[in-house]
Amino acid sequence: MRAYVSIWRLRFINGMQYRAAALAGMATQLFFGFVFIMIFAAFYRSGGGDSTAFPLQDLITYVWLQQIFLSLIMLWIRDNEIFAMVTSGNIAYELCRPMGLYPFWFSKLLAQRVAGAVLRCFPITTVVFLLPEPYGLSAPPSWTALLLFVVSLLLGLILVVAISMLIYISVFWTMSPTGSMLMISVAGEFLAGMVIPVPLMPEWLQRITYALPFRWTTDFPFRVYSGHIPQQEALIGIGVQFGWIAALAAFGMWLMRKALRNVVVQGG
Amino acid sequence: MSLYFRYLNIQLKSQLQYRASFLLLSIGQFFIPFMVFGGLYFMFERFGQLEGWSFFEVTLCFAVIHLSFSLSECFARGFDAFSSLVASGDFDRLLVRPRGTVVQVLGSKFEFTRIGRLLQSTIVLIWSIANLPQVWSFPKAITLFFMVFNGVMIFTGIFILAATFCFWTIQAIEIANVFTDGGREMAQYPLTIYEKWVTRFFTFIVPFGCVTYLPLMYLLDKEEGSWVTGMLVPFGGLLFLLPCLLVWRIGVRHYRSTGS
Repeated sequence: MRAYVSIWRLRFINGMQYRAAALAGMATQLFFGFVFIMIFAAFYRSGGGDSTAFPLQDLITYVWLQQIFLSLIMLWIRDNEIFAMVTSGNIAYELCRPMGLYPFWFSKLLAQRVAGAVLRCFPITTVVFLLPEPYGLSAPPSWTALLLFVVSLLLGLILVVAISMLIYISVFWTMSPTGSMLMISVAGEFLAGMVIPVPLMPEWLQRITYALPFRWTTDFPFRVYSGHIPQQEALIGIGVQFGWIAALAAFGMWLMRKALRNVVVQGG
Repeated sequence: MSLYFRYLNIQLKSQLQYRASFLLLSIGQFFIPFMVFGGLYFMFERFGQLEGWSFFEVTLCFAVIHLSFSLSECFARGFDAFSSLVASGDFDRLLVRPRGTVVQVLGSKFEFTRIGRLLQSTIVLIWSIANLPQVWSFPKAITLFFMVFNGVMIFTGIFILAATFCFWTIQAIEIANVFTDGGREMAQYPLTIYEKWVTRFFTFIVPFGCVTYLPLMYLLDKEEGSWVTGMLVPFGGLLFLLPCLLVWRIGVRHYRSTGS
């Protein structure tokens, strides 16, 4: 366990180095947040249709939380090092290490996301809280909601890493990450409610997203925050998150074992 | 100009060498805006209209912007990837050649996988035009062409500006994404739906408004006006490119090799 913690720390420190990039990234995220909110607000203003399913205030909170925790929960963030390792044959060194490859990569990816998010989330949160109506981020309705949000967000983070682990493992077979990565992340992003929030999707599509794990990584924690998902339901949802994590991690480990049994170390 | 086409030809051949990867990437490029379009579709399904704009009117706007974006990403990719040229010192080589720097940088990279994105926006364009009978006339077709053409000019101008900054910063600056990706996300909807300051900024400083909103008013008969304004306004895009090229010149003069 100590080894994993130190890997975690190393990656974390490494990620904290790029401060200028983080600053530019924050400005970009703020801008994107503004644009999305303005677009959604325009749709709400034009009336028609039924907007009661998801109040505008909740939606604004949803958009800002997306931007704040972007590097924490986005599926498309990837570690090219791992891809390069598999395709270049450096995977041999990784296999020599006296620890499981699955937990090793898992902690590496986890640290990367947390480091990226820690740098960015506090400044953005502050700015977003201070924004004037109607653009500002509103506080969660109660302390319990906040607590449930934190728990579900962390579980969502673990879940998204578990999903992305499957993509990394798939490289053992496909050798080229671009195709599978692009497909899964584009579809996953949509199903996670990153393009339009899940409550605004048509009924049939919502049913699909509920059946898949993607929605539990982003949509669920954000709606717990704004209280759009009541606490009783949130507790059940957290249980579901645990279930998905257990299932996907078990599947990932099994897949990894299978991949390593007949791994071909690429020469070079 | 013939040099440019030679560059184009070579790059196309080299990218087609990896056929499977080319195909996969193109398909991926097809699906990225497809998801965004799906979002747009579902929003309209729920709300019916957007401040007086109907679904097909907005998709026309969407198609024009995405068409220009994919075209400029395909052909002006060299400027987008310019930071690596500066960081590695390879720009020196371009300077000693007896040709203009702009053509050479432009020719250094083409991204033909954007054909997927191009195809997607073309389909959307055809679909929306088919459902907007008021656009079917010759002057309007020309206006539409000008809109796309000048849209390409604007995106190219932004790429050039971002690349010029590399002369000073060496690294690529992520903030340029606000204007490329951000501009695309924003300009795919009619500009009126935004706050006043945003609309002004993106009409007079970065003239996205000149290639989408203003000519759209003419295309869709939303505003009485002669066809002349509808056709001339898009040239704001060309007007934007000129100062960008000028800044590029200044940048080149300030270039100091990293020497590695």
